[in-house]
Amino acid sequence: MASTLTPPVPTRRPKDDTALALAFILPALLGFVAFLLWPTLRGIYLSFTSYNLLTPPKWVGLANYQRMFVDPIFWNAVKVTLEYVIINIALQTVVALLIAVLMDRLTKSTLVRGLVLTPYLVSNVVVAMVFLWILDAQLGIGNQFLAWLGVDPIGFFTEEKWVIPTIALVNVWRHMGYTALLIFAGLQTIPQTAYEAAKVDGASEWKTFWRITLPLLRPILALVLIMTVIGSFQVFDTVAVTTAGGPVNSSRVLQHYIYTMAFGRFQFGYASALSVALLVLLMVITVIQYRLTRAGETDLN
Amino acid sequence: MSTTTVTDEFEPEAVDSYESELLASARTGKKFSWGKAVAWLVMGVILLITLFPFYWILRTALSTNPSLIANPTQFTPPDASLDSFRRVFGTQTGEAALAAGGSGQKIDFWKYLLNSVVVATLVTAGQVFFSAMAAYAFSRLKWKGRDFFYGLFLAGLMVPLIFTFLPNFVLIKQLGLLDNLLGIALPTMMMSPFAVFFLRQFFSNIPMELEEAALLDGSSKIRNFFTLILPMSSAPIATLGILTYIGAWNDYFWPLMVSYTDTSRVLTVGLAIFRSQTPQTGPDWAGLMAATLVAALPMLVLFALFAKRIVNSIGFSGIK
Repeated sequence: MASTLTPPVPTRRPKDDTALALAFILPALLGFVAFLLWPTLRGIYLSFTSYNLLTPPKWVGLANYQRMFVDPIFWNAVKVTLEYVIINIALQTVVALLIAVLMDRLTKSTLVRGLVLTPYLVSNVVVAMVFLWILDAQLGIGNQFLAWLGVDPIGFFTEEKWVIPTIALVNVWRHMGYTALLIFAGLQTIPQTAYEAAKVDGASEWKTFWRITLPLLRPILALVLIMTVIGSFQVFDTVAVTTAGGPVNSSRVLQHYIYTMAFGRFQFGYASALSVALLVLLMVITVIQYRLTRAGETDLN
Repeated sequence: MSTTTVTDEFEPEAVDSYESELLASARTGKKFSWGKAVAWLVMGVILLITLFPFYWILRTALSTNPSLIANPTQFTPPDASLDSFRRVFGTQTGEAALAAGGSGQKIDFWKYLLNSVVVATLVTAGQVFFSAMAAYAFSRLKWKGRDFFYGLFLAGLMVPLIFTFLPNFVLIKQLGLLDNLLGIALPTMMMSPFAVFFLRQFFSNIPMELEEAALLDGSSKIRNFFTLILPMSSAPIATLGILTYIGAWNDYFWPLMVSYTDTSRVLTVGLAIFRSQTPQTGPDWAGLMAATLVAALPMLVLFALFAKRIVNSIGFSGIK
């Protein structure tokens, strides 16, 4: 909307702002192309090469992918990652939903919401350190508490069967408040009239939750799930700090395997192929989630 | 879980809408409800689980290692001492650190703290400003490629950052920016698709008439951006800035790839290094928790200052 009529306007611009607009998006565009678009294409390219950073990438066709299909550690990593995501998301969603509903019914104070959010504001590394200490097999207060209950000490970060559930739980602790606030925001969109109608029918709190709250919350819950699942798949920090993938690959999640391949063994080509696999996995899961949630969208209208 | 057991615990009036409930209880001093009491109890337990680890960091950081072994469950710091912080900031001699259960290796968290401040500031200032410029072009200017470029940026939202890490590492290496703070900041300091998307929403809502009036008064569009659009959007820009700062501060994976020495190690990386150096048998828990506290505290303070803004920013207004 350029105004060209009034005399005092010093700039004589045409109706079209193309030049100005390009100048305005130039820095962002540069960043986008250099660090997002180009790396994406380059990552796909590198996955078809053998590359150790020292000599130029050498085209090897599908060799990396063929190797991946018969790589037991890769399939183990997929399994471990899925196990982590399932435990993490299932618990986190249930706990977050509980917190959100409690906050909705009990208090809307910013203080409570702030306190619940606190773990989300410190880094994964900090969280990993705290739980490494709390869950330490000998001195950790967690195991001391278990001993008090009469349970034998558990090697939360040292026993193969415990590491993934432990890491999943640690991240539930960090993310439950954030997820709860997302769901809480969704709860605010449910009109009070819906609850009042239920009350007139004499429905109990429990029934109201299942018949009113949950169905009306479904679209938002679906969105929250899609976001948290994508985030959950990208687990790395906690694993790197607490177990470094061990013991014996039992917590070697995909991200960590990619990292080890690239920076431990300098096989950038194969690591890139693993990244592509992760990307494809993420896309497939997101599409499936969209399909599933869309199917249930017209639940209560 | 059967329906009946739970329904019995709640009185029907608990179904009341929140507002009327609040009014009712304020006016009549509502009678005690078991359902509510149980709900508050659950909420209390959740808050306890949420906050206890933070207290435990503090309690451990203020202890000495021998006393931690002797009194693993004491609620207050056994043998209170600030020694562990001296170890973390490198003001304790190597022998003294070894004697106290540390690794004896020199470690200086002031350096990491400074690096974190530099990286998070670069990322935040750059990303917010450049994204705001782009958002202005996408919301207030009329030009041909607008939809195409905006669509392109939006598509960027779908690429997980992780996927770009390896190629970006190669690029940063080729630019000679490895082990350099700029190398850590650069990939995220030019833009983020989310920031552009987030700000564009707010810019679009500013009435066109305001800008037109300013143009009639002899202003230019570039000046409008600085004197009208940016000041009018200061609230969302501040929110975005705080969230970006916290995100940049807490980042670990990318800085880990780029840093090799203390010159470019940020707090998260420094903390992980400190952990890997600690004696395998009998770790320096007091020192580790002191370091953890140092890494976490700045964000906790930032949160305390801006809690309301941060808490209210979480929702779907920016994503829808």
